[in-house]
Order: sequence, then C-alpha cells, then structure tokens
Amino acid sequence: MTAASITVSETPLVLYTLRRADDALILGHRLSEWCGHAPAMEEDMALANMGLDLLGQARELYTHAAKVEGQGNDEDKFAYLRDVRQYRNLLLLEQPNGDFARTMTRQFFYAVFADLYWRAMMASRDTTLAAIAAKAEKEFAYHVRHSSEWMIRLGDGTEESHRRAQTAIDDLWAFTGEMFSVDDAERGLIDAGIAVDPATLRSRWLKIVSGVLHEATLILPENDWMQKGGRDGRHSEHLGHLLSELQSLPRTFPGAMW
Amino acid sequence: MNTVNDTDLQQRAWHAASQVVDPEIPVLTIADLGVLRDVAVSDGHVEVAITPTYSGCPAMNMIALEIELALEREGIRNPKIRTVLSPAWTTDWMSDDGRRKLRDYGIAPPQVGSGRRALFGDQHVACPQCGSIETEVLSEFGSTSCKALWRCKSCREPFDYFKCH
Repeated sequence: MTAASITVSETPLVLYTLRRADDALILGHRLSEWCGHAPAMEEDMALANMGLDLLGQARELYTHAAKVEGQGNDEDKFAYLRDVRQYRNLLLLEQPNGDFARTMTRQFFYAVFADLYWRAMMASRDTTLAAIAAKAEKEFAYHVRHSSEWMIRLGDGTEESHRRAQTAIDDLWAFTGEMFSVDDAERGLIDAGIAVDPATLRSRWLKIVSGVLHEATLILPENDWMQKGGRDGRHSEHLGHLLSELQSLPRTFPGAMW
Repeated sequence: MNTVNDTDLQQRAWHAASQVVDPEIPVLTIADLGVLRDVAVSDGHVEVAITPTYSGCPAMNMIALEIELALEREGIRNPKIRTVLSPAWTTDWMSDDGRRKLRDYGIAPPQVGSGRRALFGDQHVACPQCGSIETEVLSEFGSTSCKALWRCKSCREPFDYFKCH
C-alpha cells in the first residue's frame, strides 16, 4: 500500500507560504545529504546546523500554510504527500550538491537573498509570517557570513578551488533570476503589505554578491538569460529523486509513527 | 469559578513549569532562557505559553513534554502547551542569573544587544575558563543550533559560545 498525494487549495496566501516552506525544506534536505561527508568535522556540523535551521523554518511555514488553508492538511502532509508538480521551490535549491564549491555557491547565492528577504518580511502585515521572518533573518545572517567566507577562501585559494568555484558560479547563475520573479498570485499580497516584492531587493543582492566575488577573485557572469519554473511546479529532473528519498517512508507505510 | 483558587493554581503551575530545564543545557531553566512566556488559568484549566528559540531547535518538543510532566507531578491535570511565535525570541531575554549559570557551566553567554551589530561587529567573547578575551572562533556552528565553537588563545582550551540570536 502506498499513500496517495493530497490536494491543496492554493489560494494566493497558501501558495505563497508553501513556496517559501518548500524552499526551506528542499535546501535543508540538500544540506542534510552532506551529513557525514563534509571535508572537515566543523563543516559537517555547520552544514547540518544550517539544514536544521531551514527544516525549522519549513515546519513553521507549513504549519502556517495549513492553518490558512484550513482543509485538515498539516506540515507532514505538505512535506510527504505532494508530488513533484505540487512542489513550489526555486529551481536553484533543488540542484544537486555537486562538490563542496557548488554547495557553497548555491548557499551563498540563496542566503544573501534570503537574509534581505526575511529582514524585509519582518514588516509583513501577517503577524505569523513577520515572526517567522524575525528568526529566519538572524539565521540567514549566519549563513551569509559562513558562505561568504568560503567563497573568498575557495576563489582566492588554490588553482583547483578557484576553478571549481568559478564553474559552480557559471553553472548556477541562470537559476538566480527566479528568486526575484513575481507572478499575479503574489502581486496582490505585495500590494496588501503581506509579502515583499523581491524585485526591489535585486540591486542590493547584486551589490553584496559582486563585492564578495570580487574579493574572491571570481567573475560574475554577464549572461542574463534566466531559467524559471519551480514556483509553478515545473522542476528539473533532480527534484523527483530527492523526493523519492525524502518521502519513501511515509509513502510506503502511511501513518507510520515512532 | 473561584478567583483565589485560580491565582493559587496559576502560581503553582508557574513554579512547576519554571523549574523545567533545557535538555541540552541542564543548568538553564526555561525561565532563565526566556522560553516560558505565560501561564494562564481559566476555569481550573492551565495553559502554558512557550516560545521557540532557534527555528530548528529539536529541544522544543522535549521541553513541551517536560512541562506537561512537571505539571502532572504537581497534580495539575491535562495542561495545555501553546507555542507563541510573536514577538520572536531573542537571546536578550536570557536572565542575568542564566548568563552567570551558563558561564559557570563552561559556556560563554551570549552578548547583550543581539542586533545585527552583535552578529557582524567585532566579537569579544571572554573565555569561560580563564576569563581571557584573547579568544578566536573555530566554527560558527557548534554542537547544537544555539552554539558556536571557540578557542581561548591564553589557556588553549576550546569552549562553546552561546550565539546571539
């Protein structure tokens, strides 16, 4: 027996909240894949800790989405019983870990954005989202510092570490544009003061990112063609593999408890 | 409804709940940490409000369970535990007594004023073993979500620092 997927009533606020919850869950899961494999004990702990921050944020956001939706769904159902096409995370965050430089580059691009985003979201008219934001922005401040230091160390390190960091930047760059995109569903929430317009954060994001990359002797790509789709459930082939692992137990043994 | 009894019950419940300790840092009570927000009594029913610390802190489930057990031991039946998110918890709520206990336990307490300046300015963390401020960070992320790993350059001992949040 396997558990069937749930249906979700995606009103704008439910959709909005699930998108951010999925971001946190998927990146958190990716970081958890490093557990026991990181290059040093301190890094193993750092990656697991950051994954835990993200998992905690995901749980609070899913719980909020469930309350707003009011259809009897909960954090576990949202995480375990939705298919790939129902996931709403950014494509950047589902990209495989690759080598350490790729994981750090993904973390750096996203953490700089998320730190700015949640800091702005502390002023949300949705008091629960504002409270989640107040915690998340402090957590991302640590993630930004950690990943920035690594970008500099890798870029301005050996020839090999520089090459790997630059390759990761070039490969992941096309996924960064999706962080700043807005659709009609979110436009209304932005106008109502519930959500923040991410497009307004782009110049600050670019300034921080280019500053760190400059210090790291790494080059910011000039290519401005951007890949999108995650927010609407159109994902890369990687997400299905990730979910099959993440969901295997609750799908195979519905309602399992321990 | 009896107001005198409710007040008495509220005080007993607060006292019992405030004795619950953090499972990872057993020298700190949830009152020291600022996790215990409120104990309310209505018609003889007790509701305890707690606030989560770090978003992913796994100790929160344990703490909620420990509160229930502490109240049951006090003879208070079916207490309700409510989680309050707003305003968000900060290390600034840690009591002075809590900070002293933390230092005595060997963990450097968080600096006060946990704004972005404290997160990104120069940090001077005193060694909880010898008191020296000649210390350096080894890793921003330590054995639990709330701690960073530091080292004292004077006594050469590594130590945990309770991070500002």
